[in-house]
Amino acid sequence: MTDPKLIKKKEIILKGIPASPGISIGKAFLFGREQYTIPRRAIKDDQVASEVNRFKDALMVTKEEILEIKKRISEEMGAEHGQIFSAHLLVIDDTMLIEEVVAKLKKDKLSIEYIFQDVLRRYIKVFSEMDDEYLRERISDINDVGRRILKNLIGAKEDMLSNLKEKAIVIAYDLSPSDTATMHKKNVIGFATDIGGRTSHTAIMAKSLEIPAVVGMESLTRKIESGDMLIVDGTHGIVVINPSSKTLRKYEVGREKFVEFEKHLLELRDLPCVTLDGKKIELVANIEVPEDVASVLAHGAAGIGLYRTEYFYMNRKDLPTEEEQYRAYSAVARRMKPSSVVVRTLDLGGDKFLSQLDVPKQMNPFLGWRAIRFCLARPDIFKAQLRAILRASSQGKLKVMYPMISGLEELRQANAILEEVKRDLRKASIPFDEEMEVGAMIEVPSAALISDILAKEVDFFSIGTNDLIQYSLAVDRVNEKIAYLYEPTHPAVLRLIKSIIENGHKAGVWVGMCGEMAGDIVMTLILLGLDLDEFSTSPIAIPEIKRIIRSVTMRQVKEIAQEAILLPTGKEVDRFARKKLKEIVPDLAVEVE
Amino acid sequence: MVVERVITIKNKQGLHARPAALFVQIANKYSSEITVAKGKQKVNGKSIMGIMMLEAGSGSKVILTANGDDAEQAVKELEALLSSDDIEESVI
Repeated sequence: MTDPKLIKKKEIILKGIPASPGISIGKAFLFGREQYTIPRRAIKDDQVASEVNRFKDALMVTKEEILEIKKRISEEMGAEHGQIFSAHLLVIDDTMLIEEVVAKLKKDKLSIEYIFQDVLRRYIKVFSEMDDEYLRERISDINDVGRRILKNLIGAKEDMLSNLKEKAIVIAYDLSPSDTATMHKKNVIGFATDIGGRTSHTAIMAKSLEIPAVVGMESLTRKIESGDMLIVDGTHGIVVINPSSKTLRKYEVGREKFVEFEKHLLELRDLPCVTLDGKKIELVANIEVPEDVASVLAHGAAGIGLYRTEYFYMNRKDLPTEEEQYRAYSAVARRMKPSSVVVRTLDLGGDKFLSQLDVPKQMNPFLGWRAIRFCLARPDIFKAQLRAILRASSQGKLKVMYPMISGLEELRQANAILEEVKRDLRKASIPFDEEMEVGAMIEVPSAALISDILAKEVDFFSIGTNDLIQYSLAVDRVNEKIAYLYEPTHPAVLRLIKSIIENGHKAGVWVGMCGEMAGDIVMTLILLGLDLDEFSTSPIAIPEIKRIIRSVTMRQVKEIAQEAILLPTGKEVDRFARKKLKEIVPDLAVEVE
Repeated sequence: MVVERVITIKNKQGLHARPAALFVQIANKYSSEITVAKGKQKVNGKSIMGIMMLEAGSGSKVILTANGDDAEQAVKELEALLSSDDIEESVI
């Protein structure tokens, strides 16, 4: 850690998919699974029988290995995790696979390793082209078993994580269930992988081991060397390579907070979110995949204020079907019932785009063809999503909202398409919630300024602060050089928020917030004082926010908001907000100068 | 003896990994030859790879065939599995 070479290295912050919450700080261990190179070797007729025997032996050895891992995992982590390996055992015993390998061996007369690898690759190719995400992710199971069999065929040694000598954060292209199963639990304090989704084994294992993890980092393994200092923030999906001492301090505080609040979680979970003088505030959560619902419930959120739907479109070549989306939306609706779930329609563009849509490169992606603009141009994609949402609305309490509305025409066009889809459903006698609420995200300054006009044609607003700040302050979120200008407390931002809430309320429309700001404890008192109706944050932030809300009266926070909005700079607002927070909830981990 | 049935898959997960694994485990208990067909594709019912490759989602129709002494019993048990509308995560 004190190696001067490391200190000089530049800090790099990378974003991936949050897979398991928590923060870990430590040295990187780059885990490279070697690729076996298998030469194409011809065999003689009389060798066929012995090759088949070698194959059967390798299968047997592999089976024993997997049984052993399964037993260990079941003991260490519970039977349901061991079950993953039951699927592996079925692959080993798979009659179709074995018959195919043996038949091909007899026909091609090449070494068994070569034949096996060939057959395996074909299976993987078929699976990778499947529509169903769950099936596609089974590639890692097949790969895992296949590699084990190959390893035993060529007599290679295992490159396991079991002999990790000191505490480390494991960095890999991918981790297979058997990698995570055999790794030395005590010494692995976090992991980050290049590929993988939130439902992959890596993510599931990490969560149950309570090890912070980030997946889908793309090219992380090429940017890190073993021994590099790292921070893995599994809550937000962030990896920091060679953090500066300032960043380190920030995350050390974050790590303590995380541990602290995990402890208070249960106490707070079942308490209502009301102020001391009895005003009820909707405290709800942001999610990305149906699996997140567990965390939403565990943290005591009263519903879902933002269900992001971009996840369906990531890491795949085809477009998600209506059916696939319907399944996910209705699963979430059912599990959250009677609480409500706000589904945001596709918000692609900016920093996230799709390979399968062949979108031309844009000079200013954040100001470009994205979100609702994209959806209105591609009604086929938009309608499939709206149909899926409407159909699922019969299963619980769903609401829908459009991202990046910048003017009334866009809102009207989107609503017209929604009506069209509703008509189709009625015609086909497919049930849906006729009363489903429709809202607009307010994240473009133009929409904020005409929110009085927009309010007449929606049921609710949800303020998206990340974009609202970036657009109103003209600060590119991705550009490090101007990062200091990105100020959530900037008076201009506060004024916009104040006017959105007032305009909404004048028209009888409720106003929520689903951006980062809603989960920023420094802002809670001010937002509450500005009369925000709903806070939607990552599940992890819920207990903390709830605690603050339960510690104040509306009169108190109204005064705080009134004073804050008059301050001339963002820094002063920030300082003031921290001071007030510390006064009201003294034991919160908030820094005050 | 050959027993054949057309079955609509009702459980919401479809005949995907978890239910597929259970299907294969049951199929392997029987000595009969078991096949599952969907559209033009026909696979060995005792092979997890084969079953998964069918990509038989919820609502799809498959033809289940068993050929052998215990065909009747095999089809009965497998049909019950495919027609139940919830194979929960407790199984594989």
